[in-house]
Amino acid sequence: MELWIVGFILLIIKLIIVLVALLLGAGWMVWVERKLLGRFQVRFGPNRAGKFGFFQPMADIIKLLTKEDTVPGEADRFLFLFSPAVIATTTLLLFAVVPFGEGLTFRGRLIPMVIADFNVGILYVFALLSLGVYGVALGGWASNSKYSLLGGIRGAAQMISYEIPLVLSLVPVIMLARSFSLVDIVNAQARYPFIVAQPVSFVLFSLSATAEIKRIPFDLPEAENELVAGYHTEYSGMRFGLYFMGEYISLIVLGSLVAVFFWGGWRGPFLPPLVWFIIKVWIVIFFMIWMRGALPRLRYDQLMRLGWKVLIPIALLNIIATGALMRIGS
Amino acid sequence: MKLQENSTGSPWEGLKALASGFFTLFKHLFRYPVTEQYPEYKRTLPARSRARIILTRDPDGDERCVACYLCSAVCPVSCISMQSAEREGGRRYARWFRINFARCIYCGFCEEACPTLAIQLTPDFEFSKDDILKLVYEKEDLLVDHGGKNRDYSFYRHAGVTMVGDKGTHMNELPPVDIKSNFP
Repeated sequence: MELWIVGFILLIIKLIIVLVALLLGAGWMVWVERKLLGRFQVRFGPNRAGKFGFFQPMADIIKLLTKEDTVPGEADRFLFLFSPAVIATTTLLLFAVVPFGEGLTFRGRLIPMVIADFNVGILYVFALLSLGVYGVALGGWASNSKYSLLGGIRGAAQMISYEIPLVLSLVPVIMLARSFSLVDIVNAQARYPFIVAQPVSFVLFSLSATAEIKRIPFDLPEAENELVAGYHTEYSGMRFGLYFMGEYISLIVLGSLVAVFFWGGWRGPFLPPLVWFIIKVWIVIFFMIWMRGALPRLRYDQLMRLGWKVLIPIALLNIIATGALMRIGS
Repeated sequence: MKLQENSTGSPWEGLKALASGFFTLFKHLFRYPVTEQYPEYKRTLPARSRARIILTRDPDGDERCVACYLCSAVCPVSCISMQSAEREGGRRYARWFRINFARCIYCGFCEEACPTLAIQLTPDFEFSKDDILKLVYEKEDLLVDHGGKNRDYSFYRHAGVTMVGDKGTHMNELPPVDIKSNFP
């Protein structure tokens, strides 16, 4: 009975820490991104709020919270107000299965550095990623604006298309780790990270995950210069902020998934596991920002062709090749 | 339908182009930004840049404006208004002169139309206000105590005007010809 209470309290503490870290991380990632993009373009980026503009996210949040929360006249009111929460919630929930460190031993109890060690963790990740589509599609549809609708349609089509290579690219990883649990996948990389064994999978996963979280060069649902702001054109104030935050949290989640599946998670020499994990996540994020500065947006038919005609066949071949090699090896 | 392919080179060339783009950005990380930090650093604007309008004085310290209404007439947004009056001795001046800077588009037509170089635009653009009515400038706000861009110019000292000095005493003016002694 007492053990149960202690475990519950520990879980709550872990939840609070992870949630706060994620939200703060997402906030300051906006700052890092704007700063880096600025320097990539030989500008300063935000540098007014505090030293180096460090308090820019706070200023942004104050602005978003005090802005008027407008709803378009002909909008589907309930869906319009509801959909931003879908994106923010699903992306926050995604982090629940990500192991971010080695288990700590506290008074003889092992505290795993993961909120929930699901034995079907990967399926959980895919399920929540798919739910995120609803936030985009419903938000775009409920706004009753042509730009939002086009953005929502594009978002739905793109996210559904790229889910397939995303899932298929992870099948070899599951085959190597012989488990759906993210903790087991990290443990299976004790000897070598899976990127060594599965470079093709890694590239496929990174590409399709970039499309899944709608980052440049796959940001067609937003496409500022065609669709104003795509599916969140009509949103203002903190509802827009929720979309925005969902996007940045999903970037952190993507970074941690890449780290967990391919770079050995929290494993690394010399430094503590948590530090290694954070470093790996930030490498992914840095690369994403770099890519945003370097690449133009894909055309819609190029996007679809890349997804269906390139990524999916390669992913299938990769699965077959991995299976054959494992069969020969055993 | 077969869509036109954009690529013209080999995949290898495409990859090289991609990499060069990424590399250029990476180099930019170590370059100092070219941005001018505005409130701290103010670039000196060209003397002829067009912003806040002033009414200048001639070298004698007198108002140049003769209230001819040309600026008011040429103003495309009708932001200039005035009332002319005449001093003893016949010299015209503006009893009141008003420019509504909330309307002004800083096109500079008034400056071009002005025959006496009285109305001029200056490079000073930092005069935004928290109240739109504060942007209505009266004559005392507009009038300055210098000659603006052409300090030596005085309308009345040039040919054709007999307010200051007699005929033949102005700049670029020949003495008047006695038409009665001009027989062939």
